[in-house]
Amino acid sequence: MDHVQLARSLFGSSMAFHIIFATLGVGLPVMIIAAEVLFHIRKDSDYATMAMRWTKGFAILLGVAIPSGTIVGVMLALLWPGFMEIVGQVIALPFQIEIWAFFLEALFMSIYVYAADRLKPWMRIVSVIFVSVGATASAVLITDAHAWMNTPRGFTFKDGVISSVDPWAAVFNPSFYTTAMHVALSGFMTGAFAVASIAAWKLLKRGIDPREAAYHRKGLMLALIIGGVMSLATAFNGHGTAQMLQTYEPEKLAAAEGLFETQAYAPLSIGGIVDEERQEVRGGIEIPWALSFLAGNSFDTVVKGLNEFPRENWPPLFVHTLFNLMVILGSLLILMSFGALIYWWRSKKPLPKWMLRTLMLSGPMSLIGIETGWIFSCSARQPWTIYHIQRTSDAATSASNLGTLFVLFIGLYVLLMCVTILVMWSYFKRNPVSRDLAAMNQGA
Amino acid sequence: MSDSSLGILIIWVFVFVYSVLGSIDFGAGFWSMVFAGQKGIKAADIANRYLSPTWKVTNVFLVLLVVAFVGFFPFAMPMLSSLLVVPVSLVLLLLALRSTFMVYSQMSSRFVPQLRIVSGITGLLIPGLLITVLPVTLGGFVELRDGHLYVLTAELLTSRTLYAHLGFGVASELFLSAVFLADYAREAEDREAYRIYRMIAVTIGPLTLLTGMLAAVAMHPEAQWIVERMKENWIWFALSGISFVVGFSALWWKGKGGWTGVPRAAVVLIIIQYGLASFGYGSAHLPYLIYPHLTVEQGFTNHAMFVSLLIGYIVSTLVLVPVFIWFWLLFLKDKRYLKP
Ligand code: HDD
Ligand code: HEM
Ligand code: HEM
Repeated sequence: MDHVQLARSLFGSSMAFHIIFATLGVGLPVMIIAAEVLFHIRKDSDYATMAMRWTKGFAILLGVAIPSGTIVGVMLALLWPGFMEIVGQVIALPFQIEIWAFFLEALFMSIYVYAADRLKPWMRIVSVIFVSVGATASAVLITDAHAWMNTPRGFTFKDGVISSVDPWAAVFNPSFYTTAMHVALSGFMTGAFAVASIAAWKLLKRGIDPREAAYHRKGLMLALIIGGVMSLATAFNGHGTAQMLQTYEPEKLAAAEGLFETQAYAPLSIGGIVDEERQEVRGGIEIPWALSFLAGNSFDTVVKGLNEFPRENWPPLFVHTLFNLMVILGSLLILMSFGALIYWWRSKKPLPKWMLRTLMLSGPMSLIGIETGWIFSCSARQPWTIYHIQRTSDAATSASNLGTLFVLFIGLYVLLMCVTILVMWSYFKRNPVSRDLAAMNQGA
Repeated sequence: MSDSSLGILIIWVFVFVYSVLGSIDFGAGFWSMVFAGQKGIKAADIANRYLSPTWKVTNVFLVLLVVAFVGFFPFAMPMLSSLLVVPVSLVLLLLALRSTFMVYSQMSSRFVPQLRIVSGITGLLIPGLLITVLPVTLGGFVELRDGHLYVLTAELLTSRTLYAHLGFGVASELFLSAVFLADYAREAEDREAYRIYRMIAVTIGPLTLLTGMLAAVAMHPEAQWIVERMKENWIWFALSGISFVVGFSALWWKGKGGWTGVPRAAVVLIIIQYGLASFGYGSAHLPYLIYPHLTVEQGFTNHAMFVSLLIGYIVSTLVLVPVFIWFWLLFLKDKRYLKP
């Protein structure tokens, strides 16, 4: 591999690692707020127990989210100096503002965790709301930089020189709103489904104590409601994101759908492999006219195909699969969450085992959706780092010894993943729900 | 003042703030490891009680420093990246291990010893590695090849100046953190822990001066320019020396309630000491970021971005100050937290 490819691998895998913890860091605080608020409305101490236990899990995850974020933040500067040179001149603001969001989150997280016993109940809720604001703002602001890479604005670029910089025009670039919405909503849904997975898994245990089962059922219900609503919103908004691609980044949409010829009444292909030679998607399911409708809300919308663009500017064609995975997982999650909720309301009975088993998968599915979505978005921008402004090879560092670093960092991520699972497992093993529930009952 | 001077001044402030907070943070992690095994002595407790709520905030200052540097000096990045990728990546690796293991050692009593050792030792290595960047910026260890800077690794690793800097960095870290923890123990009214940290501070204090002098004496021949400049700026170093002497003596002043030493005065004066010295050093370093290849002016961003960034910093500082004050009251002042 040459150094550009090594830089891409090193940065991409570091991002893929950070995003797991970061997304849960965006999603879990919302669940904690919901539990805290429900506790105050219903006066049911089970919700206080949930808030407490989720906070513990969240604190463990932050132990990795923060250093891994520090890694990607610094690596971005070191591995992509050419990119940072332009970023520093045009889109430095979201990175700077993000620092406040980090401060907000870090300060209020410590206050919520270590000063909980000294705070009034309403102050606890305010603190955890600020944690959530900080986390969501971090995600939105970094996504702003990412959106700007897709739709760069706020400067004039001539002969490699940047001039007439307008920092705020860069911040409010055209894809910012939809993209930021999409990232925030998908983060909220991932937090909810992560909780749903664990609750479903616990409910599947043989001979579970009825008191504990009641506790987990409340958690599952709450998670499914939030997860269901958020996944529906994510899908609607994702539709808006796809239309944004049609306007601003047609190559990306064409690659996502494996469309070669520009056409009206374009079909939507699901699954299959994009074959450049045969100029079609092999083995996929084709829904006639659907792509045109998705792209412009009418069947006669003209969708641009890959052949419209010079070959050297095509994104890699495997991105079709990544895009499909994200959309299919999103649709399945909507079905699963609403299916379970409707069953529950109609029958008033506990969910059957098979349903719990599928719900157990919802958290990992959601995370895979996040991963494929991001890798799609970054890879389908290739060969550009800044769309139609800077190629990836011009953005990369010239440092040559990245191979060893790549191996070291992969080792680090594997190690941290294992240690995190071990610590989570040992913590919740030593502090079972039954004990917390009993303690709450005594306190009450 | 020109835009770029103001920019580098802001960066200096961030570097200084992070050096102090980072030293205290990493040092506290180290002491928490050292005293972990000893039953009945609360020195490790005090260190942990400080670290638990603060390490995240300290870490954000590190990120702030990097982001601010890239924001103000984007044109410096192409030259710097090849120079910094390897050492900084190593720092990042250690930092990830340390933060994670420190958080986990508070969560899982089963793995505490192993986790603490990792977080303690990495806490010693990180500041050491970070400070080795200084001699590299002074000249003699870098070479310019088609627009990119590269370190002459072998030459650096066999130089005296590297080890002098290393000694200075580690001694300063341990000294600052010990003085700070002495003050923290004083606030918590924990006499035992206070006695230990005061002892350490008294022992290491003179060592920091010694290693500091060594670092100045052992400069690379090509870095003699900065020695000359530092001599011109002698006033800052003289003031810094006075601040040290007074601050150090504060460890023997008579405090209220029969305590030996007034650690609050010591902490403040010693931080001022480092502030003065690093300002003197920093102004001697100008206008070079990397001597003689890269100056502050060459790296600087455009005016429009600079103004937006400044406004950003002013607004964010105003918004965050009340939260910082509340944080300070909850974790550094409140007796209910300090003395459970
Ligand atoms: C659980 C996660 C999840 C789910 C279920 C979906 N998405 Fe998504 N999607 C993301 C998580 C995500 C993401 C990880 O957050 C991305 C990556 C970059 C971004 O802005 O958001 C993304 C990007 C992304 C993009 C590319 C934007 C760009 O490159 O600028 C499009 C067009 C869509 N999504 C469309 C959809 C549609 C039509 C969905 C229908 C169900 C959908 N997404 C579900
Ligand atoms: C969409 C993707 C991302 C999301 C949702 C996200 C979210 C988060 C969250 C929630 C945290 C924890 C914040 C805290 O507690 O302080 C975090 C940390 C961090 N992230 Fe990300 N992040 C994303 C991508 C990135 C990228 C691309 C970068 C680098 C350019 C980055 C840089 C950082 C840094 C530097 C930290 C550590 C902050 C600290 O020290 O507290 N993140 N991120
Ligand atoms: C959080 C989840 C993310 C993941 C999993 C991810 C993944 C990747 C991958 C796999 C690559 C290599 C692409 C290729 O060369 O084919 C890449 C490149 C890159 N990404 Fe992302 N990315 C994420 C978010 C972001 C964000 C939020 C930003 C913006 C601040 C960003 C900026 C970049 C840059 C600058 C490159 C290198 C240049 C390029 O290849 O275009 N990434 N990312």
